[in-house]
Amino acid sequence: MNRETPSPHAQPATDASPLLAARDVSLERGGRVILDHVSVQVRPAEVTVVIGPNGAGKTSLLRVLLGLWKPGQGRVQRRRGLRIGYMPQRLQIEPVLPLSVRRFLTLRQRAPEAVLREGLERVGVPHLLHKPVQSLSGGEMQRVLLARALLNRPNLLVLDEPAQGVDIVGQGEVFKLIDDIRHETGCGVLMVSHDLHLVMAGADAVICLNQHVCCTGRPEEVSRHPEYQRLFPETDMQGIGVYRHDHDHVHDVAGDVHEHHAGCGHAHRPGPGGDSR
Amino acid sequence: MMDGLLDDFLIRALLAGLMVAAVAGPLGAFVVWRRMAYFGDTVSHSALLGVALGVLLGLNLNLMVTIVCVAIAILLVLLQRRQELASDTLLGILAHSSLSLGIVAVTFIEGLRVDLMAYLFGDILAVGTNDLMSIAIGGGVALLLLILLWRPLLALTVHEELAQVEGVPVLLVRLGLMLLIALVIAAAMQVVGVLLITALMIIPAASARRFAATPEQMAILAGIIGMLAVGAGLWGSFQYDTPTGPTIVVAAMLGFILVHLLPGRLIPHFGGR
Repeated sequence: MNRETPSPHAQPATDASPLLAARDVSLERGGRVILDHVSVQVRPAEVTVVIGPNGAGKTSLLRVLLGLWKPGQGRVQRRRGLRIGYMPQRLQIEPVLPLSVRRFLTLRQRAPEAVLREGLERVGVPHLLHKPVQSLSGGEMQRVLLARALLNRPNLLVLDEPAQGVDIVGQGEVFKLIDDIRHETGCGVLMVSHDLHLVMAGADAVICLNQHVCCTGRPEEVSRHPEYQRLFPETDMQGIGVYRHDHDHVHDVAGDVHEHHAGCGHAHRPGPGGDSR
Repeated sequence: MMDGLLDDFLIRALLAGLMVAAVAGPLGAFVVWRRMAYFGDTVSHSALLGVALGVLLGLNLNLMVTIVCVAIAILLVLLQRRQELASDTLLGILAHSSLSLGIVAVTFIEGLRVDLMAYLFGDILAVGTNDLMSIAIGGGVALLLLILLWRPLLALTVHEELAQVEGVPVLLVRLGLMLLIALVIAAAMQVVGVLLITALMIIPAASARRFAATPEQMAILAGIIGMLAVGAGLWGSFQYDTPTGPTIVVAAMLGFILVHLLPGRLIPHFGGR
């Protein structure tokens, strides 16, 4: 797949109503206020990132938006025909459950092997198809989860800390991959993260959450906002835009650096098979 | 001829044991995957209460045991939601108080001679043709339910939220699993008794893990291994004049040890994808 091909995922450009919206949502759990009158929306073909300190209610907001939790107050609206591809924060499968990657991908819906292989190829790990899921490294698992989320051709990709358990170099790759896929498919992306530096660069809209919505807007607006600067004092504008590092090498999710000949001009994707173990 | 065959108490015992093991094994795989061993124990300990209630109300004992087991399972889930006490504390309280309550209630029933040991450790040799029928019905319903729920249950086991986002009716499937466990407990009570039912579910499943490459292989192998244990246990108890229920569990345990002592290269791995 490349960017010239029209994709079945793409939304009609004219329709700009939000894919998903929370209106005045409040949530209490165990007597603690987790979400306090939160209103947010996720627009098609945009990357919306929810940031905030630990315990800010980011994952709770995601759960409410996904319909896993009922808000105590307020409501959640979904656009008709919304197909969500969900990538949970982390997935640990009991060693006692014998499960291959192929089987894991088809737990909910069967798919021909070629489709599965293609899906894994897109995220750079086609060699994992018949491996037991327990043998995957953190980065490999995140890629398989991403492949699974993409299987039902979602128009919204929901990612909870997609780079969790991946080292700092691999994180950049995961976000780059998500960004590429977003451009290829035209799907909207809703992402929760606390890795400010990495996510802010690729975001179209940022929601800064700390029980309530502190501020929202384009990344550069949010990063200048006083409430944001109070929450993340050590962050400055130089931290944003981490993708602009020297492209004279490739590193994979496992963090291994593969030497590249100087001056190669192609787009840098993770090398297939680079991080097998 | 069938009638003549079923007249033999040993044949009836073997049939009952094989039927129970055939469904307890695959269900046991889920109990192992979902870390529900103690949960199964707690629910099975409450089965005696079902017996007492069934006798008091004059209802079918198997039906009553199933109802009480489902009720205890639901009570457990509701209590766990409140998160005031740790899960294992709750399970311990419910397991032992329902067992004691059952024993007390059974001894209170006047004019009834209940062989307590038979309920606690099973009395497979006393299985009559009627018991055989109810085991067949209960086990058959459980097996059918397990096959119907297989895919959603597996999705739930791997990741509950992911399954829910993907449209699995989580609450319904969980309720189905509880009904399944209750049905199997009611069927297995006569074979190994309320104290040992969980063993018949988890030991064969744990042995099957070493050979299995897919969830389905593990479930089917667990059923087969459980049936082998029933056969071996029945033979052993006859040979050495030991109580049958515990002997079946000992046979399952020996199988488990044997499977894990085998060096890895001798273990046949079924190709799986």
